Amino acid sequence: MALSRLSSRSNGIARPFSAAFNRFISTDTTPITIETSLPFTAHLCDPPSRSVESSSQELLDFFRTMALMRRMEIAADSLYKAKLIRGFCHLYDGQEAVAIGMEAAITKKDAIITAYRDHCIFLGRGGSLHEVFSELMGRQAGCSKGKGGSMHFYKKDSSFYGGHGIVGAQVPLGCGVAFAQKYNKEEAVTFALYGDGAANQGQLFEALNISALWDLPAILVCENNHYGMGTAEWRAAKSPSYYKRGDYVPGLKVDGMDAFAVKQACKFAKDHALEKGPIILEMDTYRYHGHSMSDPGSTYRTRDEISGVRQERDPIERIKKLVLSHDLATEKELKDMEKEIRKEVDDAIAKAKDCPMPEPSELFTNVYVKGFGTESFGPDRKEVKAALP
Amino acid sequence: MSSIIHGAGAATALSTFNPVDSKKLTNLSVRSQRYIVAGSEASKKKSFGSALTVRHSQKLIPNAVATKEADTSTSTGHELLLFEALQEGLEEEMDRDANVCVMGEDVGHYGGSYKVTKGLADKFGDLRVLDTPICENAFTGMAIGAAMTGLRPVIEGMNMGFLLLAFNQISNNCGMLHYTSGGQFTIPVVIRGPGGVGRQLGAEHSQRLESYFQSIPGIQMVACSTPYNAKGLMKAAIRSENPVILFEHVLLYNLKEKIPDEDYICNLEEAEMVRPGEHITILTYSRMRYHVMQAAKTLVNKGYDPEVIDIRSLKPFDLHTIGNSVKKTHRVLIVEECMRTGGIGASLTAAINENFHDYLDAPVMCLSSQDVPTPYAGTLEEWTVVQPAQIVTAVEQLCQ
Repeated sequence: MALSRLSSRSNGIARPFSAAFNRFISTDTTPITIETSLPFTAHLCDPPSRSVESSSQELLDFFRTMALMRRMEIAADSLYKAKLIRGFCHLYDGQEAVAIGMEAAITKKDAIITAYRDHCIFLGRGGSLHEVFSELMGRQAGCSKGKGGSMHFYKKDSSFYGGHGIVGAQVPLGCGVAFAQKYNKEEAVTFALYGDGAANQGQLFEALNISALWDLPAILVCENNHYGMGTAEWRAAKSPSYYKRGDYVPGLKVDGMDAFAVKQACKFAKDHALEKGPIILEMDTYRYHGHSMSDPGSTYRTRDEISGVRQERDPIERIKKLVLSHDLATEKELKDMEKEIRKEVDDAIAKAKDCPMPEPSELFTNVYVKGFGTESFGPDRKEVKAALP
Repeated sequence: MSSIIHGAGAATALSTFNPVDSKKLTNLSVRSQRYIVAGSEASKKKSFGSALTVRHSQKLIPNAVATKEADTSTSTGHELLLFEALQEGLEEEMDRDANVCVMGEDVGHYGGSYKVTKGLADKFGDLRVLDTPICENAFTGMAIGAAMTGLRPVIEGMNMGFLLLAFNQISNNCGMLHYTSGGQFTIPVVIRGPGGVGRQLGAEHSQRLESYFQSIPGIQMVACSTPYNAKGLMKAAIRSENPVILFEHVLLYNLKEKIPDEDYICNLEEAEMVRPGEHITILTYSRMRYHVMQAAKTLVNKGYDPEVIDIRSLKPFDLHTIGNSVKKTHRVLIVEECMRTGGIGASLTAAINENFHDYLDAPVMCLSSQDVPTPYAGTLEEWTVVQPAQIVTAVEQLCQ
């Protein structure tokens, strides 16, 4: 153990995920029971218990991954200000607990689909930092080959269906994925995430109606960060109890800043969806950044509110307190972990910056699946002429 | 300009054009007699890697209204109506591939508002032939989401016009997901439904959506006009990995024709030569094909020899067939049922002008429907669309 500590201190190279733990408890799966901070509020169902089964490894995993997500989003913030990321960039910091808790409760066969605030969910589904930063900067090595951008991250092999720009349109897609899961008799569920702003879209209710009618294993998750861009939820929704909006569909309101509450709720929802059909989860969460990088985030809410939430409800701080109180790591070790994460992110950014931009011929690839050809010209009718394969 | 490659697969693409070219050689000899040549039935079968067979039966329908058949083929086939042909195609594909399912309003127990899906629910069950509630946006989105996982849904819009409610899903998700995901997801959906003017259905039920959808990158559009190509296009569309919108016409569902018994598909990107000719190329699709053929009878009596091509593929255009025709006749008339502004004809005119300008002896003329909401009164409705008399006048004008 002493040897591993020496080696970790002497060479600060970014190390793989599991090797970052230099404590003997890194493989310890002794169960720890954690109480969620708040009770669940239920609609048309019995709420799950507040005691969540976890383990020391999971606690440290949570901390590490959430810190990674937080660092990634902050780094994306600086990259955007340095004009390396263009267009829209919607950051997820503050909401990490939802991504982490959900991932802990499900497998890679369960599908997740979300809107444009997708960087951290992509990471949680197994995406790498390199893919994230390359895609954000529009490079070839990006997860969508540089052609999607911030709002279009997808990972088919881990059942992550994106990454969608149009608010609310991903929910019918998600219900369709759930339909396919039922059609193919896979024992899997789909989590369709949307925000409190999207909750007022009609297609949500249409999709919910069909899902309830056909008993689809669809779980609609409202990530309620209380602001639909600049409009507070009380100004947009007559009934801000999004978990009740399903009417005949059961719902559960969860403290979205508590990763364990999220994990418990998602597990409960998965069991419910496989047996009884759709269910709505409302995650009460908060975003520190504005809606996107073009939005300062302070014109419609006070800085006191933001710092208040950060002090009292920050998801990473909560996990940190739990880690320290269960004596799983010291302050110093956690700080070292954060330093390592920072380095890892910086390395990924440097590597992504070195990546080339996509070739001009990539403009015409993947418009259609193979088996189709046409002639297309560049704007001056001379340069890029592609006979599509 | 004729180096445009299209068709399923580059290797087969070149080979599929040979029958057309050879057909032209045989036609030359008889054209002086102003004959319509019925091609051979047992034409070449090309097999692709995935064991699809493409049949290039050049069977031509001499009559504008297909009530009587000058069927010179000797093989056995079976006669059926266009909606039955669609149903047959759908049923065969559902038998062949368990991933194919149908989604739409009243497609299941009711049998489909135009009976295209009649009997399918009894045969395949409720999970494969799905009656949806009235929510085009959501069920189109659901079909696209299911397609992302590998299913092959066939979405029916009870009337094409209703699909406007699903425009976001069709445009942003259906067309673009393959591109924005860097090729990870394919969306092999077929979106089909009846549209077009006729039957005095009123303005909102007489929509022609091909003009609205034509700019969406990533989708293919085809329009069927005979039972033969209806079945062939339906099957090809279902087998295609790309999203395909299949436009049917309300007035054509009861057309009767004899179609082959064997399994066949029609190439999605190819146009159909209806009547070879010398003097002028008339490009048309869907119901207007029959108005054109009716006008062709009058024109033949007046001494003209129009070449009629049913373009079938609305996106992309089969510029190979069209181009060869333009090079031969040097005059083009487009007859369509779309609106004048921003319609298929407008795009086709631009494409022909750009690519074949040197071969044209006269400006490309385009006859389209009037830019008005379709009125209810029968006489007015007739005048919103192009009538055979107008086609005859246009041809006479162009051939001066």
